[in-house]
Amino acid sequence: MTWLSDNAVSHLREVAELPDFSHTRYRIKSEIARGGMGVVYEAEDVELRRRVAIKVLASDLASEHAAEHMRDEARTIAKLEHPGIVPLHDAGLLPDGRLWYAMKLVRGWRLDELNAPIAELLRVFLRICEAVSFAHANGIVHCDLKPENVMLGDFGEVLVMDWGVARETGASDATIAGTRGFMAPEQEQGAIVDASTDVFALGAMMRAILPSNLPRPLAAICAKASAPAKNDRYESVRALANDISNWLGDQPVSAYRDNVVERISRWVSRNRALVTIVLAYLIMRVIVILWVHR
Amino acid sequence: MFPTTRRSVIAALASDDDDQRRRAFDTFVALYWKPLYKYLRVARDREVADAEDSTQAFLAKCFENGSLAAYDAGKASFRTFLRLLFDRFVANELKASSRQKRGGDLARLDFENAETEISREHDRGGSPEDYFQREWARSVFSLAVERLRAEADATRFALFETYDLDDANRATYRETGERFGISETAVTNGLAAMRRRFRAIVLDVLREATASEGEYRAEVRSLLGVDA
Repeated sequence: MTWLSDNAVSHLREVAELPDFSHTRYRIKSEIARGGMGVVYEAEDVELRRRVAIKVLASDLASEHAAEHMRDEARTIAKLEHPGIVPLHDAGLLPDGRLWYAMKLVRGWRLDELNAPIAELLRVFLRICEAVSFAHANGIVHCDLKPENVMLGDFGEVLVMDWGVARETGASDATIAGTRGFMAPEQEQGAIVDASTDVFALGAMMRAILPSNLPRPLAAICAKASAPAKNDRYESVRALANDISNWLGDQPVSAYRDNVVERISRWVSRNRALVTIVLAYLIMRVIVILWVHR
Repeated sequence: MFPTTRRSVIAALASDDDDQRRRAFDTFVALYWKPLYKYLRVARDREVADAEDSTQAFLAKCFENGSLAAYDAGKASFRTFLRLLFDRFVANELKASSRQKRGGDLARLDFENAETEISREHDRGGSPEDYFQREWARSVFSLAVERLRAEADATRFALFETYDLDDANRATYRETGERFGISETAVTNGLAAMRRRFRAIVLDVLREATASEGEYRAEVRSLLGVDA
């Protein structure tokens, strides 16, 4: 048998894995990232002369039925046209059976790389909620929401990526896909997934991107979103987003009951101008009274 | 569209049909004899004669007494099971100090060639298990290259051999094209076809070398690095 040097083995490993796009309009340029579900490459679309991102899924390891299922899924995801969802340009099967998607190439940072104040992080998070909520309205559950799957573009774009394991609402799957720590208990058990499965992941995402010493109402929002029991979570992503918006606007949140001191403090914070005027007036009155009675 | 499904030789080794068992054993030997021999020589530091005898005796025993049938796919990969079985076999041989003589029809094993290969290998770091894994990967790829050589068009295989196997003199696509008297596009197309077929053969070999779907998937990930 031919002896292969360590370098030759390493090279063959690469070429055996490298997807063959010679029959398509795409030319692979470099590897961007790799994960459990496959590898993402930067590629050139030679017809339109633009750069795209191509994700090649490890579907050759599954059955033909599974590949068919994933192709249907790609078609479903292609319908999700929303500014917060990375657009799918193209999809197909490689000659060796692996499924691929061509997507917009997003340049910027991943959410887990963003270092910003809580309020800014939450405003970005609300944009994520809008995109996920739109998918839910179209019957799609993402099933792999995590900070690494959200890209922040150079021009303020917030894009939810990696819909490779998305499922239709109400689906159940023996193949458990997702990321531990962000997967809801029902997803880990291969049970039925729905919007609340993504609500759990969004709660876990909030915990991951926000500091640990959160104000109590915000901590309660995280806890409610990522509650182990479905019925204890927000009924929808919109409800979660409303609570976050309320917290940002110093309004009461459904996940937390304020005590009297907190209510007063929040009222003061919300009506700072009025409180300042009243306080200034009272101080002036005291000064005038003291001056009259000296 | 999908790789041809090949039967696992691990399952075929337990077959009642002697012909089928013999064919499965041949593939098993082609895939594993060198990693086992080199493992003893390099990772376990055994002498050439000892390693040759132990490897032959072990393989013969595997065929004769069906010890591979004890493999349980739920517990470990076949590769790990085989290495542990081999370790135990060698340890028992030492204890008994009565080495079994070479058995079976295994005279075709080219130990001299294996020794030459050992002298050319540079990466000997890591644990004995790491070494065995590396040699197993080399064996899978070598077998796949041989199968590709046997079935492919000679010119295309020569292209693949020149560009993908000869790491010491890897030329550019253009230089390779000039050498073969073909265009750069013909080089890339030819290589793409060879690599596509090579990948399919590697998957076939792994299908044969594993006993269950889960193990197959794990070995594909381990060998082709699909997982992070």
